[in-house]
Amino acid sequence: MTPHPETWLQPRPEGLYCIPGDFFIDPVRAVERAVITHGHSDHARPGHAHVLASAETLAIMRARMGDDRAGATQQAAAIGEVLRIGEVGVKLVPAGHVLGSCQVVMEYRGSRAVVSGDYKRRADPTCAPFVPVICDVFVTEATFGLPVFRHPETSKEISKLLHSKEIFPDRPHLVGCYGLGKCQRLIALLREAGYGAPIYLHGALVKLCELYEALGVRLGDLQPATMADKDALTGAIVLAPPSAVADRWARRLDDPVVAFASGWMRVRQRAKASGVELPLIISDHADWDELLATVEDVQAPEIWVTHGAESALIRQLGLMGRRGRALSLIGYDDEEES
Amino acid sequence: MKPFADLLERLIYTQGRNAKILLLADYFAHRPDPERGFALAAIAGKLDFPGAKPAVLRGLAEARSDPELFVMSYDYVGDLAETIALIWPRAQVLAPPELPEVVAVLRGVPKGEIPGIIAGWLDASDVSTRIALIKLMTGGLRVGASLRLAKLALAERFGVEVGAIEEVWHGLEPPYGPLFDWLEGRASRPEPGRKPVFRPPMLAHPIEDADRASLDWGAYRAEWKWDGIRVQLVATPAGKRLYSRGADDISAAFPEILAATDFHAVLDGELLVIRDGVVAPFADLQQRLNRKSVAAKLRADYPVAVRLYDILFDGPEDLRALPFDARRARLEDWFARVRPARMDLSPQIAFAGEAELMALRAGARDSGIEGLMLKRGDSPYLAGRPKGPWWKWKRDPLSLDCVLMYAQRGHGKRSSFYSDYTFGVWTEEGTLVPIGKAYSGYTDAELLVLDRWIRAHTVATYGPVREVEQKIVFEVGFDSAQRSSRHKSGIALRFPRILRLRPDKPAAEADTLATAVRLVGETAEKQR
Repeated sequence: MTPHPETWLQPRPEGLYCIPGDFFIDPVRAVERAVITHGHSDHARPGHAHVLASAETLAIMRARMGDDRAGATQQAAAIGEVLRIGEVGVKLVPAGHVLGSCQVVMEYRGSRAVVSGDYKRRADPTCAPFVPVICDVFVTEATFGLPVFRHPETSKEISKLLHSKEIFPDRPHLVGCYGLGKCQRLIALLREAGYGAPIYLHGALVKLCELYEALGVRLGDLQPATMADKDALTGAIVLAPPSAVADRWARRLDDPVVAFASGWMRVRQRAKASGVELPLIISDHADWDELLATVEDVQAPEIWVTHGAESALIRQLGLMGRRGRALSLIGYDDEEES
Repeated sequence: MKPFADLLERLIYTQGRNAKILLLADYFAHRPDPERGFALAAIAGKLDFPGAKPAVLRGLAEARSDPELFVMSYDYVGDLAETIALIWPRAQVLAPPELPEVVAVLRGVPKGEIPGIIAGWLDASDVSTRIALIKLMTGGLRVGASLRLAKLALAERFGVEVGAIEEVWHGLEPPYGPLFDWLEGRASRPEPGRKPVFRPPMLAHPIEDADRASLDWGAYRAEWKWDGIRVQLVATPAGKRLYSRGADDISAAFPEILAATDFHAVLDGELLVIRDGVVAPFADLQQRLNRKSVAAKLRADYPVAVRLYDILFDGPEDLRALPFDARRARLEDWFARVRPARMDLSPQIAFAGEAELMALRAGARDSGIEGLMLKRGDSPYLAGRPKGPWWKWKRDPLSLDCVLMYAQRGHGKRSSFYSDYTFGVWTEEGTLVPIGKAYSGYTDAELLVLDRWIRAHTVATYGPVREVEQKIVFEVGFDSAQRSSRHKSGIALRFPRILRLRPDKPAAEADTLATAVRLVGETAEKQR
């Protein structure tokens, strides 16, 4: 008889633990063996003894936390390659969240569990698309696990930004975005839409953009906004981390149109409360429809929810005849929400 | 409907007042009649569709998702219209209705057919049009564009004084064809004539220390600022009405005032509950507010009267251009002549200078008094809130240090943030008892900090309400404290608001119920 994943995959204070492989997935504190889904700071923490991840995720971890803190020994897994860890077959497959992001597929005595990490289903020119894997238990995030979250078409949001630039040709457009993933995706989407002008970056965004370029993602002409004089920024697109948008840093810009790229921009009053004039609903997380489509695609009779709006998703799973279970893992605040 | 929806969406994200006026002006200049008139009516809150109430819309949305998921979503979003619009299934074909069509259909078809029609509209609309439709149907656009702003936009775009619009506004009806005809030069201004319309009231600015320092005290007259609701009593040969300061017709709730109105005049005054010449606390007047009709017992228990401040019209004669002193003399003459029942004159307070007034104000803890009014003797009755001729000088608030107990998500601008706070003081037994609720007085930055803290320090949830750890101390200001059997603490605070956060103060050192009760004592003593 195949063992139910409940018997070999358990939530612990450190994170989700695979017993027969003796490793944690995205542990929130330093452990002996960690498998990391992607480079966001709430999933990739410093100080593990042994880290297994995609080559891109390892590179991102080294860039963000330094070589010495990104894992004493680092093992890059090729996408789709099955590795044996203890008694478990482990395989990384793309999650479509950010560059290098992967789901962790585990097989133990004929039973298969997939941990999604964070993921989305729509196209992203900066990373490989999500690959659904049929499984017995699918462990999902639920950042946007409410039926009010249905992200509009990404191309429409990019058009909104470009249209605003036409209406206000002299005002710099300051777009708040997260440094890993969203920033590079925005740039790539603008390039896809035919925007060839230099894009200006806040200093905190430069390093990861350079890393993306080094890993083969073309981002075009990028200029530091820090050194650029005011005139150069007239009518330009300037990207900055959210914290800098509200900060003194942004005062160097003359009457900017303040935009923000996030799935949270879907809720008007929330967007307004953050002082945004041009909300761009662009997310690297699955929206409600994508969550439900994924549940169908992986055909798992049982869905475990790690973090986010789990109660609504579990309610919906019940309506769909699936068993939903809240893992209530602590510590995944999601870089996007803070 | 789409242009109106776009306008609302742009307004909500536009910060500056001038930018909002520009958006509105552009809309009114370019959209056809009657669409723009209905848009103006929507901003004015003048459209009412009895068949399209929030419960109906909510029912439709629940049927298309799931009641439990709807509740969770509404709790998160905090705004009913937006929740319904977002949870509604994606449109297959976009063919939203036009605004005049929506108004005509909702007014014209039998009530039973309305839900089906609305569902069809929502099916054919994008998210922003759905929000606009639902807001339109349920009232309250909440886009930070007041009717005043819309009138300013019209005045600016069509080159008239905004006062000229205000003066005739209350005689007009949606979709305001005659108004636009006048603004665009096709007709003369639509005058109210003898209709008993509300006239734009004159309002006062709060006086600051700097204003007081440079005030020519001899030019001003002083009166008490009574703690009731400001009203305008309008009686012409064509009818009589009692209006609130916001131009709502509240005649039906106060039939005894209307019965006493056996003259032709327009009067400005304060509606109060008065027993044996003594003004009762505001809580008493509250028993009479927001009623469509009123039983005899309530009328006997809470007898109302109007304390008169000013006279705007004596018969057909418009007195508003006269100086305040002359109007006051006319008011006194008129009062002596007519002797209306259920009305008296707000007395003028003789004073020699600032020091004397300040002493009077400090001594005024009577629950019926909010503070002082200062009115320039030579000021005409001007619409709006001109700075200088009238000042209000409220008495200093009382305050208590209270502990945050419960938080609830706000609505509108604050939806999805925990912004409504219930706070308490310590009892003898060392437990907290709630004494009030406040929604204002903190900065946006403080709101964000509080919101995050509340999410992280919740000890229990009761539906939308979170009970939090007893750690946060607010200094809560209020105008007076009264005994109340409706509150667990036995005390009701008037106008509570957060004066500041007290991160320096441990919760255990917040005030006690005994201290709060003493403040009631102070209020009552002065009343005697």
